[in-house]
Amino acid sequence: MDYLLTEEQVMIKELAARIAEDKIRPIAAELDKTEQFPREIINILAQSDLFAIFIPEEFGGTLQLQDGRMVGGVLDLCLATEELSKACGGVAVCYAASALGTFPILIYGTQEQKKKYLPSLAKGEKLAAFGLTEPEAGSDASAIKTTAKKEGNSYILNGTKHFITNGAEAEIYVIIAMTDKSKGARGASAFIVEKGTPGFSFGKKEDKMGIRASITSELIFNDCKIPKENLLGKEGMGFIATMRTFDMSRPGVAAQALGIAQGALDLTVRYAKERHQFGKSISSFQGIQWMLSDMATQIEAARALVYSTARMIDAGRGSVAKESAMAKLFASDTAMRVTTDCVQIFGGYGYMRDYPIEKYMRDAKITQIYEGTNQIQRNIIALQLIKEMVK
Amino acid sequence: MSIKVLIDKCTGCNLCVKSCPFGAIRIINKKAVIELSQCTLCGACVTACKLAAIKLDKPATELAGNDKIPKIDDYNGIWVFAEQKKGKVQPVVFELLSKARELAERLSTEVSAVLLGYQLDDEAQNLIWQGADKVYIVDNERLINFQDEPYTNILTALIKKYRPQIVLSGATSIGRSLISRVAIKIHTGLTADCTGLDIDPEKKILLQTRPAFGGNIMATIITPNHRPQMATVRHKVFPANPPDKDRKGKIIREEIEDGHIVSRARLLDIVEELESTVNLTEADIIVSGGRGMGDGKNFALLEELAKVLNAAVGASRAAVDAGWMPYSHQVGQTGRTVCPKIYIACGISGQIQHLVGMQSSKVIIAINKDADAPIFKIATYGIVGDLFEIVPALTKRFKEILKSSNES
Amino acid sequence: MEIIVCIKQVPETTEVKINPDTNTLIREGIKSIINPFDMYAIEEGLRLKERFGGRVRVISMGPPQAESALREAISMGCDEAILLSDRAFAGSDTWATSFVLASAIKKMGSFDIILCGKQASDGDTAQVGPGISSHLDIPQVTYVKKIESIDNGISRVERMTEEGYEVIELPLPALFTVVKEINEPRIPSLRGMMKARSAKITLWGIGEIGIESAAVGLSGSPTRVVRIFTPPPRKGGQIFHGETSEVVDRLVQLVKDEI
Repeated sequence: MDYLLTEEQVMIKELAARIAEDKIRPIAAELDKTEQFPREIINILAQSDLFAIFIPEEFGGTLQLQDGRMVGGVLDLCLATEELSKACGGVAVCYAASALGTFPILIYGTQEQKKKYLPSLAKGEKLAAFGLTEPEAGSDASAIKTTAKKEGNSYILNGTKHFITNGAEAEIYVIIAMTDKSKGARGASAFIVEKGTPGFSFGKKEDKMGIRASITSELIFNDCKIPKENLLGKEGMGFIATMRTFDMSRPGVAAQALGIAQGALDLTVRYAKERHQFGKSISSFQGIQWMLSDMATQIEAARALVYSTARMIDAGRGSVAKESAMAKLFASDTAMRVTTDCVQIFGGYGYMRDYPIEKYMRDAKITQIYEGTNQIQRNIIALQLIKEMVK
Repeated sequence: MSIKVLIDKCTGCNLCVKSCPFGAIRIINKKAVIELSQCTLCGACVTACKLAAIKLDKPATELAGNDKIPKIDDYNGIWVFAEQKKGKVQPVVFELLSKARELAERLSTEVSAVLLGYQLDDEAQNLIWQGADKVYIVDNERLINFQDEPYTNILTALIKKYRPQIVLSGATSIGRSLISRVAIKIHTGLTADCTGLDIDPEKKILLQTRPAFGGNIMATIITPNHRPQMATVRHKVFPANPPDKDRKGKIIREEIEDGHIVSRARLLDIVEELESTVNLTEADIIVSGGRGMGDGKNFALLEELAKVLNAAVGASRAAVDAGWMPYSHQVGQTGRTVCPKIYIACGISGQIQHLVGMQSSKVIIAINKDADAPIFKIATYGIVGDLFEIVPALTKRFKEILKSSNES
Repeated sequence: MEIIVCIKQVPETTEVKINPDTNTLIREGIKSIINPFDMYAIEEGLRLKERFGGRVRVISMGPPQAESALREAISMGCDEAILLSDRAFAGSDTWATSFVLASAIKKMGSFDIILCGKQASDGDTAQVGPGISSHLDIPQVTYVKKIESIDNGISRVERMTEEGYEVIELPLPALFTVVKEINEPRIPSLRGMMKARSAKITLWGIGEIGIESAAVGLSGSPTRVVRIFTPPPRKGGQIFHGETSEVVDRLVQLVKDEI
């Protein structure tokens, strides 16, 4: 399908596809096995300007301002993420998670904060990460326990974040912490914390089922003192910041799911053509053909939804919570279904780690879980539906 | 010069379209149309057309009448550049001498070897035993190792002096550097990396056949109006004759002007890296490993087999890119092209880029657990199974066979 | 440092397939790419520029559509590009091709280093690089796997051989043909691609280069292709399945005479 991409978007897509094929695919299995952070790949992405595509020119990115407003970049980010995910969903999430950590600064950062942090993020010299989840605050984000207490010109952070993508590898963290517990969700605030700040350390590194090329770590704050200038927006805006960040970033997760699904399907179509049983190529069996057709159709439908949502965000539409949730929900469910069927078509070989296909199935699973489980996405969609009805 | 379709004769039969290696011809309104920007005037379509509907105007014998250039008939004899390393003439030279003898019979001429180096009298004698009628030898301490400039200058001067009609060299890293420069200096044609040499029975000229497009196409090339006709030739495509110690020949010592020995480049050091293993391009047997080896340390299995068979160890690009083997072992499009008697591919799926580097091997043995791997489509013998079981079993079995044949 | 990189546009041969009915190459839909070995030459040129300053100019002889290869070189960071394209060049063999390239290089003014890939993936001749150095009468080193140092106009390089490598010292200007081992070519940057999109590609024909049409193309080429054919594709042979000891025995029996 022709999505009428701009010339620049076509370039981004080609560039990311090339990195995926030439640099990522040859080492994807190795990264999956060793759980090593793909620093070399990150450097290549950086050198190719792919960290610059969602940051305005003013701050070292390639994104041009329109009417003085920061618009655009989300579809570009989705295109890059999708292409990278075709080769390795793990590498793609290292990349996309840095965007996730960058978005709050883009949306809520002051001119000073943007000048300070964005240029090195645009160059890819530094990675960002977003720290919300805690052991007892997953889907229920209002249950977070990490606190930020104001003392003079500083905030003192205490608490533990876990399951943080790019944890320990990123230099710049956006952390959600409670400044006023009595206000519940409205007592949360967002802060920028740099790696190396005294009192900020890293705990357990998770051993994951999939996306094993990415690092998922615990962040530990122990009387970690940061200057008050590191508050993003105002006190109490932590949750709004989180919601708006996720609205922008969910299409990215959806794009990751899309790439995983497409990458798996591409391998499967080729395998089906090469694999012979009963004296002919298994792609000549209608049972296989129909599976392939259904997968391709579902992926294309997901893509249309994801790109449309990204375009809404890029055009500056304010309320995208429903669409964003739908894109993430549909694309990730599609990815899980498609990759499962791909393993099925590979048969016994599909179950073996020597073949690349089972990794796609493991990688796909997380897209139904993180940045809001698909159950939470359904809550968001339902809430919007009911709200719209009331209007 | 130009190429055109004679519209009256063309019936749009499509034969030319199929014959064009450059995709430059299309049938439009039932007539062939040649896209000139893609056409290289190779003439394949002219040969293919049964109706003589394509006309290629070749230029008349150019440079004719230029009296500085000797006439073609003034050139006589076949020369073989006798590449030596560390004072040893390389095996490909003997292969070329035997082929040169065959060509010389058909041209009723003689075969000479040209040997540049230092203290090579024994080797000169050896070249005669291997088929040379004459050996031109330039003996100088400063020629002990190959260097582009002095070798180019001297070979150019000798060719100008003696005017051989054909000059052959191995398509080695030395041959391909040196002969390319010499051909430019002499202003004659050179065909690289030939796998077939023949004499046109009527015109008595050299037909040089070589692979292009990674071996998917073969081209036969001639040098009609320039002499000598020069070619570099791939290893192992022609068998060498056994030495005949009764053969007699003449050794001619050439004195060379000092100016010809001057080199702007200076060779500082020669480092040999393939310690225990056999030179890949010269090996009769190659045991090669790919992605299926799983790990660099597993290449030890292949090395054991190679040791038993006195074989070289090769690797696919995937294995080299994974860091399991050094690049110097890589076989394939971006590595070396090899043509051994036996090529044993272990855990190599057989991507086209690999196949172009080894598909002219005499016997290909493929070991792969994936029965659908493309390598089996070209393998003489294939074993579907686990290489970690099969390779050690092969090593053991070959060891037994070789031991018993040595004893008997 | 003035660096000139010579590149060739070639079909992406990985996709070359043979039509089983006609036994010819299927060339429809085959992408054109920069000759893979030339990518190492471009990368080395860019690295030399990063080490020593200066500029990298890239040239290619080919049909008008070879312009896209030059644009890609610019997207990687090359400063200027010249396309040598003329109907008169058609049918050039390696003699005529290296003559055109050498003549254009003379026209480009002074230079320190010329870089070429070790050979093109379509023709596989490895003759054009040495041909250029011979026409220009400059020293060359083929199969370079490392440029160790450049100091006071003297370069020290490593040349790959069948057995290992040689260390060679030579004065500039010089020509090097490079092998894969020398570096890992960079991926272009988005900014580079945007620059390449609007970059001006200089076009030179025989007039601009100042050479006679008789010296190039078919008339300037000593060699002629008289026949092109596709070799019969290699056919698969016997495939063995089954017990390891049994299949190994059978195989060893079959090949033992070759050893």
